[in-house]
Formats: sequence, C-alpha cells, structure tokens
Amino acid sequence: MTDVRFLPAGDKALVVEFGDTIERALSERVLRLATRLKDLRLQGVIETLPTFRSLLVRYDPLQTSGAALEKDIGAHLADKAGAKQETRLWQIPACYDKRCAPDLDEVAKRTKLTTDDVVARHSGTQYLVYVVGFAAGFPYMGDLPPELVLPRRTDPRVRVPAGSIAMATTLTGIYPLESPGGWHLIGAAPIRLFDSGWERPALLRPGDLAKFEPVDFAEYERIRSAVERDDYTVPYTMVAA
Amino acid sequence: MSDILRVKSPGLHTTVQDLGRDGFADVGVPPSGALDAVALRLANALVGNAPSAAALEILVSGPTLEVIAASARVAFVGGTAGMIIQDAHQRSIPPGRSVHLKKGDVIKVGMLAHTSCGYLAVEGGIKVPDVLASASTYTRGTFGGFEGRSLRDGDVLRGTESDSEREDLELSAPLEPDFDAPIRVVLGPQDDHFTEDAVQTFFEGTYTVSAQADRMGFRLEGPELAHTHGYNIVSDGIVSGSIQVPGSGQPIVLMRDYQTIGGYPKIATVVSADISRLGRRSPGARVRFAKVSRDEAEAIYREEEAAIAACIESLRAARDEASLNLEALYDENLIGGIVSARE
Repeated sequence: MTDVRFLPAGDKALVVEFGDTIERALSERVLRLATRLKDLRLQGVIETLPTFRSLLVRYDPLQTSGAALEKDIGAHLADKAGAKQETRLWQIPACYDKRCAPDLDEVAKRTKLTTDDVVARHSGTQYLVYVVGFAAGFPYMGDLPPELVLPRRTDPRVRVPAGSIAMATTLTGIYPLESPGGWHLIGAAPIRLFDSGWERPALLRPGDLAKFEPVDFAEYERIRSAVERDDYTVPYTMVAA
Repeated sequence: MSDILRVKSPGLHTTVQDLGRDGFADVGVPPSGALDAVALRLANALVGNAPSAAALEILVSGPTLEVIAASARVAFVGGTAGMIIQDAHQRSIPPGRSVHLKKGDVIKVGMLAHTSCGYLAVEGGIKVPDVLASASTYTRGTFGGFEGRSLRDGDVLRGTESDSEREDLELSAPLEPDFDAPIRVVLGPQDDHFTEDAVQTFFEGTYTVSAQADRMGFRLEGPELAHTHGYNIVSDGIVSGSIQVPGSGQPIVLMRDYQTIGGYPKIATVVSADISRLGRRSPGARVRFAKVSRDEAEAIYREEEAAIAACIESLRAARDEASLNLEALYDENLIGGIVSARE
C-alpha cells in the first residue's frame, strides 16, 4: 500500500489519497476504508467523505491529532474487508422522452448513434455511485459505456430542472434540485433524491449501484404525482458488492 | 416556548445559525453554521446560553426587531456599533453586553462597523426545528434555520421569555477583529500542483476580499498563482478554509456553505482558529497569509479554545454606564461607528 498518500487539509481534516483517476478499483479502496473507519470508531474522528480517489477524514484536534490518525489509519489500510458486504442496486425510473431530454438529439449526433441507441446504452449499464456531492444528494455515477463519453457542454445552463438525468465525461448523474449545470440532459427521473426531513437525507449513497429503467412520459407523470403524495418507493434489490 | 421577536426589517442577510451540522458531508451537505463561531459563542455566553444555541447571524447590515414576548434578554457581538434600543428613551447598547428588554421595545442593529458579520443571541436561544441535527440555515439547500431562508419582514421568531432575575453581563475586553494579523494556513492538500514561485507569491502577496464574498466562499483578488499541470483535478473533499485556485489563478477560500467536493487544486487550508477572523473581513479588506505546520495549527486550535473558555469565564456583571442614552453618546463622541454608518 505504498501508493497511499496522507495529505493535510488544515488542522481538522486529512486526506487519504489512493490515486488521481476515476476508476472502480480506486473507488473500492476508498469505500472499503470508509466502511472500516466506521467500524473502528477511532477516537476523535467526526466523519468521512469518500470521493472518487480519496477519503477525507474530519477530526477533532482536541481528541486526536493528524499525526496520530495517520498512524492509526495506516495500520488498517491493508485490512481485509470484514463480512461480505451487500449493497443496494437501485432501479431508477427514467424518462428519455424529448420533453424531458433537451440534449438527447445533440448527444446522438455527436456520438454518431441513434437516440434509441443512446437510451439503450445509457439504460443498459449498471452504474456505481462513486460520490454524492457538489449539491446535496447529487450522485456521481459511472462508468458510461465508452461510446457515450463526451466533454461537458461548452455553454453551461443557468437552470437545470430538478430530476434531470445528465451525462458528461465518463459519468452520469441526477440533479436533486434545480441548479446551474454543464452536463448534457438526456432524460428525467420522477423521484426525490434528497429530503432534509429523512434521517439519512440522500436516496443514493456512495457505494450503491444503480440502473435506469426506461418509462414513457405517461408513466413518468404517474410516478411523479405518486412521489408528490409520498406514495412511491424507488425499488431496489440487495446484491453482493 | 413563545413568540419573542417580530422582524420589522430583516437587514441584508440575516439567518439563524448555530455551530453547524456534522455527519452529512458524504451526501453533499456542508456544515453551515456561524461564519464567526467565536462571536456566536461569546454572544450566547452573554445571555447564559450553551455555545451551540441558535442565534441570528447578521451580515453587513442588521435587522430591526420588536420584542413581542413579555420580556427577552439579548446580546450582540460583532464589530463596534452595537444595538440601538428604542424604549421609553432611546439607548445604545455596545457590542459585548447583554440587555433585558420588555414587550414593545425595538432592537435596531444598523450597519456593522469594522466587521462583516455579527451575532444577536437571545436568552434561551432562537427556537427553530432541527434539520439534520442543527438549527443552521443552509440557504442553497433551502433547509434549516427559519424555513431554510434569510429573514423577511413580518417573520416571527420563537424562543423563551427571559428570566429577569439574572444579571446582565459584559465582556471584560472587546472582541478584537485582528485585522492586521495574517491568516494562518497549512499547505495542502494540493500544494504540489503549484509552482514554487506560486507558493512564494501566495505568502508574500497581499490579497483583497472581493465583492464576491458570501457564506459559501470568499473570492480574493491579488497576485496570480500559477499551476504546474493544469487547474483541473479529479474532485476531492472540501473543508471550511480550503483555498482552491481555479484557472484565473485567484484564490477562493471556502467558508461554511461550501460545495462538499471540488475540482480545483487547493493550495492550502486556513487553520480553523483563523476562519472566524477571515469571516469578519468585508469586501475590500486586505488579507495576507502565513504558513504554519499542521502540528502548530492543532496547537493553535487548542490554545484558541482555551482562550475562548477563559474569555467566557471572565464575563462580568455589566456596569450601568455601559447603557447610555444616545444624546450622551453623541456628546461624548463615542459612536463613530453608528454615525459613519448613517452617512
């Protein structure tokens, strides 16, 4: 584990960096350490934040120190995972109708695929939730099939509607709230991704798996009104991680 | 619990804040909480509250509030201007002193002088529903605090009536804004993405807080910082005090309502003891940075915590002369901050 770097982030956090690329092997190490630290409950650790290639560890310097934590964490980097982990595989309803997908035609043109092919490839892939961040509840999921990889839009939107399913580079995601955004909008999910009233406020968490299940516009509207009435649960199954 | 204060005018950006929320960074929720947590804790102590009680954070210009409970005790900490109390006779209450008010009294916090943020604490705390284990407002997420937003005309704040038996307190020394002291930072996590010259420039240069300074982050203007290999990194975690440098080469210090991950390299991180000091600085203020090691930063934090505890320990009974009528203050020429704020 000599490729792991400890980097200071001030006096109340440190970064455990496993690499500088987006790939599942790195993410798995980040998530495994996050899980391990939850179990270990090291003195002074406040919370951890898993990202694509690093784990941010926030701590209380009245209870521990960065140097002590590096030693503690270093001793557990080679730990084998505990009991076989199970994870949630979400089936997220996704409407790829033109009314929900302002950039679908352009994505098809630029990838030299038909819109049906774009939808088939986007919905035919199982994604890993690498990170939840940027905005509260926003899942960064990957990896897109290579033929769908495009750079971000040169002209970011000031307003992306809540629920928009978007893609850029090797990643896809869903906007929990209306916000600015530079990704290509290829569909919409009629579900709630974040609710500050929930005990765990985000639907998707780092390490979850997800697939998009195409629904037509009528079904999208039906689910959307059920969500409004709190009468819809996003389906998931438990699978081996 | 009862209705205690009615907002007659809200000020520029007045929100309910406490010391923030931990435990939700992994789902994209920043801590929020007071920009100047030291001032918040002192204001709370002056009215007998726990440090974590919810109070009003006031940015740049303050609210006018009417007491609608039978009684209330309040204290304001931040800058030099203090509060004007309109009761039978108009009084000026300096910052760092609690005051007991009756129904119908009006509290006016005008332009903040010599700082960009101040805290109005109420005995018993402002009561709002906890959201994700905190009373802090996160306006970008539209949750927490008072309906997830800054205050507006007519809002009614809830709390507890004051125990009028308690004596009023004051700070034994004013809270110093420390504007001349450099802001101390620990290098990293991505200082290796900058040239040696850039790191030197960062410590030798003087930066100015730009007009784009809010609870999310303070954009600074000053000497450009050059990256060694581009200004994009694979996003990683942010904390309060992270100093990220986008392609412009101009640093941005992330404050309390930051995006939890970011794709620009972070040259350094402001030590937690100095985030409150930076939070006090207004657009146009000059900022210099000084390097400390992580061990030193942790020691500074422990010392700072001890100093805050000592400051709270040393609160004393308020002396009557601290509460003068305005005419007397004009006569004694003690209210430069208030006068200049009206110009």
